[in-house]
Amino acid sequence: MSLAHDARVPVRPATAVQRSKLRGWPEIDNPAAWAVAAILLIMPLIANGFFLIEIFATTLILGTMALSLMFLAGYGGMVSLMQLTIAGFSAYMVAVFGVSGNANISLGWPWWLAVPMALALATIFGTLGGALAVRTEGIYTIMITLAIGAAFYYFTNQNWAIFNGHTGINTVATPHFWGVNWRADIPFYYIVLAVAALCYFAVDYISRAPFGLALQGVRDNPRRMAALGFNVNAHRVAAYVFASFVAALAGVLQVWNYRQISPGSVSVGACIDILIIAVVGGITRPIGPFIGALIFVLLRTFALDFLVKLGLDGNRFRLLIGLGFLAIVFWSSDGVIGLWQSWRRRQRSGAASSSGRRGRESDQGSSQGSHHG
Amino acid sequence: MTRFVERHPAWALIVIIAIAVALWLIFAVWPQSVEDAFGRKRVFLNALFNGITLGGLYFLVASGFTLIFGLMRNVNLAHGSLYLFGGYVGYAISVATGSWVLSFIVAFILTALVGVLLQVLVFRRMEGQDLRQTMVTIGLSIVFADLMLWACGGDFYQIQTPNWLIGPVELPLVTAVKSSGEPVYLRYPLVRLVIFVASVVIGVAMWLALNRTRIGMIIRAGVDDRDILAATGVRIQLVFVVVFALGAGLAGVAGVVGGTFQSLSPGEDIRFLLASLVVVIVGGMGSIPGAALGALIIGLAEQLGSVYIPTYAIVVTFLIMVLVLAIRPQGLLTRR
Repeated sequence: MSLAHDARVPVRPATAVQRSKLRGWPEIDNPAAWAVAAILLIMPLIANGFFLIEIFATTLILGTMALSLMFLAGYGGMVSLMQLTIAGFSAYMVAVFGVSGNANISLGWPWWLAVPMALALATIFGTLGGALAVRTEGIYTIMITLAIGAAFYYFTNQNWAIFNGHTGINTVATPHFWGVNWRADIPFYYIVLAVAALCYFAVDYISRAPFGLALQGVRDNPRRMAALGFNVNAHRVAAYVFASFVAALAGVLQVWNYRQISPGSVSVGACIDILIIAVVGGITRPIGPFIGALIFVLLRTFALDFLVKLGLDGNRFRLLIGLGFLAIVFWSSDGVIGLWQSWRRRQRSGAASSSGRRGRESDQGSSQGSHHG
Repeated sequence: MTRFVERHPAWALIVIIAIAVALWLIFAVWPQSVEDAFGRKRVFLNALFNGITLGGLYFLVASGFTLIFGLMRNVNLAHGSLYLFGGYVGYAISVATGSWVLSFIVAFILTALVGVLLQVLVFRRMEGQDLRQTMVTIGLSIVFADLMLWACGGDFYQIQTPNWLIGPVELPLVTAVKSSGEPVYLRYPLVRLVIFVASVVIGVAMWLALNRTRIGMIIRAGVDDRDILAATGVRIQLVFVVVFALGAGLAGVAGVVGGTFQSLSPGEDIRFLLASLVVVIVGGMGSIPGAALGALIIGLAEQLGSVYIPTYAIVVTFLIMVLVLAIRPQGLLTRR
């Protein structure tokens, strides 16, 4: 319970007005959301293959992994560092059950059998890890999930029978049906977009469904929820089940994207990258992870050129990421979204003309702001 | 002790049998049947000693980590970076001056200084905010890792063992009996034994300082209720700084030890951060005896595991952690 306060997760008061607003389609009255959706849909017309896959598809995949972390951390108050591990497990399972260049390992199932198998196994894996992690709270959860991630990384490095050691599994086959190569740039982009959107709306829906509200209650005050008759640990484990499934979906997309999977992609540093993405974007709303992922991918792709242009060593990309991360954690506990919201608030308090609804929102926001300290 | 036996007779029996078996394995000359099943005794003894001395190294890292957490609830996930920083400093000093002992002193002082800076600039500003501390220290560890990669490159460094510690010693442990009836004794690197003894001394000194001195009393009181302690007139912020410096300095010393035993390279920071995490999860957060027990268990599991079940060595350590979490989520030696 102390974590909820530490995490500075703003508690959304569910007044009757807001509930009726929340019940509707999310952001349906927000023109910006429509514009983003339209741009994402017509992206293949604008962007070339490099941008489509290397920037946007990668952003959406990483964003989906970070979304599963956001769901656990933002609504459940549980910061899990093993979401990438679950995704990596799912990716490995696709490679093991499906078709790949390592014929002695892969079982050669068709993708429509291998993928559900991978999703199921990865969800079970994540649920077991979650069941272990919910025995603890706050910082202990972080440590245990980090330890699970590290154990999986070292295990994949050492195990040659299933995971093929540190070389990993290469040339993983991608689906090919109805005469379409689904790994070609444009179809793959749409698959990724569809899955990411599905996950986004699922998280958004669950956050307003009875289960999500109960989960947020558990986050804010587990003892009171237990006294009300809610099974606190069952809610937490159920949150892990859902988050694991989301992460597993992203893992399948990731292995199709790179066509290979190796321990390097499930390393501890990569696990922490997912946390960075989620925190930089903001872990209070489902859109945050995608914003964080976009920033991360852009930095990762262009930091080298940018640093070289400034006359610096291009290899200091991680330094840049680390410093940016530090700055965001120091000044905004709510990531880029938090920065943007506080900027908007300042704009609005500057302009006297604010409608009633917005005025109330900004009141709520400023009370959060004082909470932030 | 007797109360434990009375309360858990079955566990006590298991423990006694395990100790007896272990003692027999260490001191007896193995009959042929055991050698056939287990491999040579020399291999076993070497793995055992490697495990114990590695446990000593883990203890040095984890004790600082757990000390800082125990008193201040400060989660320092940059602890591994302090370890690696201490190692690099120690390497630079030992190369520049040729003195092994001096490298310990300088590494201790410099990492303690970094620790003080961390405490004053970072942790004091976010007291009681676990999650933010975690994030900030993760960010710091990324920055530190990249700065160290920048300064030292990706090479492997090994700190030169001083001449008076080079070479093996013969221990009074029989590994085998020659056909002529002459016993063969175990030979083991002296430096590892010396370092292990030193870490035991440090551990005992820390335990004594915490449990038998006035400053230790203040620290323990701070663990339990820091507000009341501050109200009694103790300058608690000063205590925090001292403890943080000590914990960070221990990580630096461990870095020199690790650089002598093994090697220093990028990635070791995360390895030792994880090792100390697992050690304190097993032993119990904030407990010095817990860190010692956890370090011993994890060191032994890693080394014995890597000899007898090489593929699954890491998984064994992990399984131990899972088992402890399942039975005692608060760790083996924690009151709460």
